[in-house]
Amino acid sequence: MSTPTTIHPQELAAQDSLTRRFFTMENRFIPPIFITSILLMGHFSFGILESWTKTLLAIGSSIVAELILGRMMTGKWPHLASAYISGISVGILLRSPALWPYVLCAVIAITSKYVLRVKNRHIWNPSNFGICVMLFFAAESVTALSIQWGNSLWAMAVIWSLGSVIIWRLKRFHICAVYVISFLAFALLRSWIVGDPWQSEIAPVTGPEYQLFIFFMITDPKTTVHTVRGQCLVAFLVAAVEMGLRLDQSIYAPLYALFLVGPVAVLLEIWLNSRRQTTIHSNPATMLADSPSGR
Amino acid sequence: MTRSTKLRIVVAVFFAGLLATPIVLKKRSAQKQTHQTPFDAKASLAQHGFYLQEVSHDAGIDFVHQAPILDAKLAHIMPQVASMGASVSVVDFDRDGWPDLYVTDSAIGSKNRLYRNMHDGTFKDVAEEMGVANVNQAGTGVSMGAVWGDYDNDGYEDLFLIKWGRPELFHNENGHGFRRVSDEASLPAWINANTAVWFDYDGDGLLDLFVGGYYPENVDLWHLANTRMMPDSFEYAKNGGRKYLFHNLGHGRFEEVSAKMGIDSRRWSLASGAADLSGTGHPDLFIANDYGVSEFYRNDGKRFHEVGESAGVGFAPKSGMNVAFGDVFNQAKLSIYVSNISEGGVLIQGNNLWVPKEDTSGNQIKYENLARDLGVELGGWSFGAQFGDLNNDGNLDLYLTNGYVSLDRKRSYWYDFAKVAGGNSSIIGDAKDWPAMEGRSLSGYQQKHLWLNDGAGKFVDVAQMAGVTDTEDGRSVAMADLWNNGALDVIVANQRGRLLLYKNTVASENHWIGFDLDGTNSNRSAIGAQVTVKWNGQEQMQQISGGGGFASENDRRLHFGLGRSAAIDEVLIHWPSGKIQSLKKVAVDQILKVKEPS
Repeated sequence: MSTPTTIHPQELAAQDSLTRRFFTMENRFIPPIFITSILLMGHFSFGILESWTKTLLAIGSSIVAELILGRMMTGKWPHLASAYISGISVGILLRSPALWPYVLCAVIAITSKYVLRVKNRHIWNPSNFGICVMLFFAAESVTALSIQWGNSLWAMAVIWSLGSVIIWRLKRFHICAVYVISFLAFALLRSWIVGDPWQSEIAPVTGPEYQLFIFFMITDPKTTVHTVRGQCLVAFLVAAVEMGLRLDQSIYAPLYALFLVGPVAVLLEIWLNSRRQTTIHSNPATMLADSPSGR
Repeated sequence: MTRSTKLRIVVAVFFAGLLATPIVLKKRSAQKQTHQTPFDAKASLAQHGFYLQEVSHDAGIDFVHQAPILDAKLAHIMPQVASMGASVSVVDFDRDGWPDLYVTDSAIGSKNRLYRNMHDGTFKDVAEEMGVANVNQAGTGVSMGAVWGDYDNDGYEDLFLIKWGRPELFHNENGHGFRRVSDEASLPAWINANTAVWFDYDGDGLLDLFVGGYYPENVDLWHLANTRMMPDSFEYAKNGGRKYLFHNLGHGRFEEVSAKMGIDSRRWSLASGAADLSGTGHPDLFIANDYGVSEFYRNDGKRFHEVGESAGVGFAPKSGMNVAFGDVFNQAKLSIYVSNISEGGVLIQGNNLWVPKEDTSGNQIKYENLARDLGVELGGWSFGAQFGDLNNDGNLDLYLTNGYVSLDRKRSYWYDFAKVAGGNSSIIGDAKDWPAMEGRSLSGYQQKHLWLNDGAGKFVDVAQMAGVTDTEDGRSVAMADLWNNGALDVIVANQRGRLLLYKNTVASENHWIGFDLDGTNSNRSAIGAQVTVKWNGQEQMQQISGGGGFASENDRRLHFGLGRSAAIDEVLIHWPSGKIQSLKKVAVDQILKVKEPS
């Protein structure tokens, strides 16, 4: 039997307001809240951060770079949600005993948004670009996260469930679903090709690196194509290129696959759009001025 | 040109600079690497005050370690799971004043060696006649290491044999042989351990014994019930072997008291060391764990308290493989060196040099990792390390060996290793899920490190120039003045490799002093005694240990370099019994025998 309780109308109204506020929250606030939750849960349950200093350094560098470059280039103070996500992604995904890689990677990530642009769109996911540059050029000093978070089932289940709900809310669940299904299919194919246990081939997707990759990188609205069909195709192609890289024993295959496929897809979309517009003689001035605010 | 265009150019140039930064840093680092001078004895002697020569064959030692061959279910990853067992410990088992060597082998049916020092630069294996050779028989497991301590205070060092299998205690029969006393000591039937340390945790004058399990004790690696015997996480594993604390009851009897004394852990222990780190007069216990954080068991005199996290050493999980203590700043405070894994582009954990923070001790002791600042952070797949003043300049240097599995030079197992290590516990924990190694290397053929302490807060790697040129899969490092000539020599045990004996030649202008302590109220081995030498405005503290590094034990005698100074102001000895002894007007360039005043 439950205990009878009295609920006052004011309390009901307050609860309703809080709930409503949560579910009607502006979309751009959701990913930062989600990634912060993952960081805090991961840290306080498993101590995933080697030091707060490194994570805060990455976040701080990212935000400062965004403020300076945003103000300089657009004349306005930029919204900091995406810079925060880039910083926190760098802080979690990059691993180095030194401090300088965190600053450098975060600043490269943010600066890439303002430099590597075509038709006013930046073409690389900033944190993916920054981390790949560090892995290409500073391999003796940095690695990427691959083994933290306790390898435990429940932590994985919580992050996957929460992440799926949030990504659904952001209308990007299909990207994650296509990528995960493609990854699993390719994993089985790889297992058949190389003769390794299938468990070892699917092992990476059960780790934290992939959780961040799937929820925060391949779904980045600013560096993915606009149509649902195109997004699904790109997710599949990322998994396919990753498969090739994995056959070549590339440890950071997913990051490199997105690094290769992401910009090509965006460029192709830009080219197709411009061709379509030219064909129908539409007014080019209607092209959406896209502010540099991707992650 | 518009302002906007100018801005874009400025930002583009800035961006190019950012991209170039890691490339420039990489080039500078590569230049530094190539500038390491190759071995040159004369130059090393002139520049660094010493050089090392590998003389094992000339010294009569031609030992090659054999790795265990475990259950066939592990055949596909055998080099990885059967990757330990090579060890060396230093002991003067016959009390002739010359350090001898005990070396473990790890194949079923292989024999351990006890190399008696013949006083002329050669060694003779007497293990068979002394009764400590045939200890790797089928059904009893194989050796992983050895630690020596005089548990019955009869003046002769006894042997505890660390095994994946049946642990063994051998009583030293006045230097004429050894008698197996494992049953009388009530040792467990089976422990899969890689580390043990003798220490007198309760100060009763009898040496107690800590043993740290690696694989769980219910796993017989030669007869596996199933393949779920791997760690369930690469960084948070708690499914390893249990820990044992054997309280010495006297008369050769021991009682297992770990739970009662507050030591309750199933982390995968690989190395341990005991020392009075918190300055309370009681020896604390430091454990380096593979697949997880290190543990710091503070001893309050009544029981142990695990304070790793609050002390700052148990926060970031790594792959701990070594515990060595050293007063690296000559401040009479012990720092702790823990080795881990660093492989460029794959996994850079970095080794830890835990230095006690200023004005912290006791309950409040805190450490900070200064490995990077001091230059001893990156050492490859690091294993055993030891501190010792190799050039007698008055500062403790650091020798580190490394390398995990050296097989095919061109093919690496790292991709497959990383793939599984990041996976869920149900995958990583089952050996059958691991891809076959197929002869591939895993951090193999690595260059060793010999970091000279410049006394000003930096360590400089001089390994190549000083003569350390091997690239074997190093495991255990021990130091001892094998020639009794005032120079610390280095002995290295390699997995599936040779036992290396690096003889040290030191520039004659530097002075030194050695101490050979004999406990009376304290344990006879004087394990736990701290000796502080004060000279020329400096002071350095060293401690006698009953095991340390990785599966090793240094010479019981302590060795201090004094630089050019030929005079010692004072020697302070803190005996484990609590007694403090002061010695003045001590002559240099000698090994001083000191008996604990009764």
